[in-house]
Amino acid sequence: MFNSRLFTGTGKFSSTELMEKALLASGSELVTVALKRVDLNDHKDDILTHLNHPHLNLLPNTSGVRTAKEAVFAAQLAREALETNWIKLEIHPDPKYLMPDPIETLLATEQLAKLGFVVLPYIHADPVLCKRLENAGTAAVMPLGSPIGSNMGLKTIDFLEIIISQSNVPVIIDAGIGSPSDAAKAMEIGADAVLVNTAIAVSRDPVLMAEAFKIAVAAGRMAFEAKLGQINSYAVASSPLTSFLDD
Amino acid sequence: MTKTFKDLFDTYSWEEVSNSIYEKTAADVVQALENHKRSLEDFKALISPAAVPYLEQMAVLSRQLTLKRFGKVMQLYVPLYLSNECNNICTYCGFSYDNKVRRKTLSSIEIMQEVAVLKTMGYDHVLLVTGEANQSVHTEYFKKVLDLIKPHFAHISMEVQPLDTNDYASLIPYGLHTVLVYQETYHREDYKKHHPKGKKSNFDYRLETADRLGEAGMYKMGLGVLIGLEDWRTDSFFTALHLNYLEKKYWKSKYSLSFPRLRPFSGGLEPKVEMTDRELVQLICAYRLFNGEVELSISTRESTVFRDNVISLGVTAMSAGSKTNPGGYAVEPQSLEQFEISDERSPEEIATMLRSKGYEPVWKDWDQALI
Repeated sequence: MFNSRLFTGTGKFSSTELMEKALLASGSELVTVALKRVDLNDHKDDILTHLNHPHLNLLPNTSGVRTAKEAVFAAQLAREALETNWIKLEIHPDPKYLMPDPIETLLATEQLAKLGFVVLPYIHADPVLCKRLENAGTAAVMPLGSPIGSNMGLKTIDFLEIIISQSNVPVIIDAGIGSPSDAAKAMEIGADAVLVNTAIAVSRDPVLMAEAFKIAVAAGRMAFEAKLGQINSYAVASSPLTSFLDD
Repeated sequence: MTKTFKDLFDTYSWEEVSNSIYEKTAADVVQALENHKRSLEDFKALISPAAVPYLEQMAVLSRQLTLKRFGKVMQLYVPLYLSNECNNICTYCGFSYDNKVRRKTLSSIEIMQEVAVLKTMGYDHVLLVTGEANQSVHTEYFKKVLDLIKPHFAHISMEVQPLDTNDYASLIPYGLHTVLVYQETYHREDYKKHHPKGKKSNFDYRLETADRLGEAGMYKMGLGVLIGLEDWRTDSFFTALHLNYLEKKYWKSKYSLSFPRLRPFSGGLEPKVEMTDRELVQLICAYRLFNGEVELSISTRESTVFRDNVISLGVTAMSAGSKTNPGGYAVEPQSLEQFEISDERSPEEIATMLRSKGYEPVWKDWDQALI
């Protein structure tokens, strides 16, 4: 469906021109944009104008909403204005750490899936919630690696591995990826894609960093497909301890 | 669990807090700089005189934290003064009841004339400001104004008299997103001296306003003190204490801090305490080091040079092209201001300055449709 497994965001860039250059350098084909930042009634909106490339698919997000009800309404607005039925569901009633609300997210996913949306919910790295979302008709799950914008990397890796091993829908690691090595690691453990924003936007050279992420994501995926060698934490004895049983 | 902030506030003594700030040592400051999460005691060290030699280090850390959370963007907003009618006597304010100025509350037609000018400036975030005149400027008036202007702004904030919980809750469906209520000073006795008459003289009612906003479910609230009335360090500690309390209790609300320094106005009060530019930078950085997520806002009270330079140090929102008199944009540009503006540049000039510093001016960061 996409050639690139690197999804990107549009926040925190020092200018929309720089954002556009970085997104082009990233090779990303899916870019999320906050509904609250764009003027849906203005076809010359500055952000949207700079995202106007045939290969860049828009993924509107509901950042700012606090309940399922608000999210469903926002998604419908986005569908109408941006002509896409894809929606990145972000319900974080906590504006300090922007932690996703699992209960409201599940409710909204059920409703939006019934309304024909392709729902990509931002969630905590909670394996049971992922299964519940699958049942609710989600198109993918987007568990966090660490708090959004934190650049702390894959703090939830043990839970991400469980999610990946159990999932029947694509797993996209969403938040906290701080460096290309974090992104490569996420891909190596089998994530289907990663979403990166802050680490690119806030770096000294966003265009160069975007390219670094592009390469890291591709490398991580190749390593996953090639199957990494087993890491052994103990030596394999040259004379097996149990060889006497064969005698 | 405490019922309101007053219960917590009453366990503190101004003198003890003040002394403990001034007793902080260089070692306390170094420890505060090194801590990953910073406590209220760390905040005291960072605003203390002992931190002055560490200002550059504080600025570097403050910039890093701000960039990580907010990116290279600056939120822009503009005040719209609706009324200068006021029943309060405040020793420092141009709209004080005992100040001989012509009183005016904008009519619907006048409000729309003002709005038309703000829209040509590019604004999508407006801050409505009034005095306290409950006979004419009350919740029903605010509903009328919100109805009128909601179609024209993505984000509406208010800085008006403190209201009851029910009033706040009733204004949210009309499009109200943010309320700013500054305590002015947390020094109970001095507060009385500066507010001798009117509803505002009730210190406790004002102190509990943020609790009422939290109970009402307001999306964002702004805190602050008027710097110049009392020792700014002690007042800022109580602001941080207030913020800390509110964040834990009303975790669904967002918070912003302001640090207005007393400005001259016709017939006004001389500041009791002068705060230097260096000290204000220290305070801005200390707030950021204490709280990585709180929004920090700076108004046109501050000078051009100062504003240009604090952009990259921790501030996340600023006003531009402001008028502080009702009708100041279109209806009666010559009427008396609440206080004198220092930075008189237009919003477009501010936007150009921001871009030249590598910052994206953000006019819209909310949508009425999300409520």
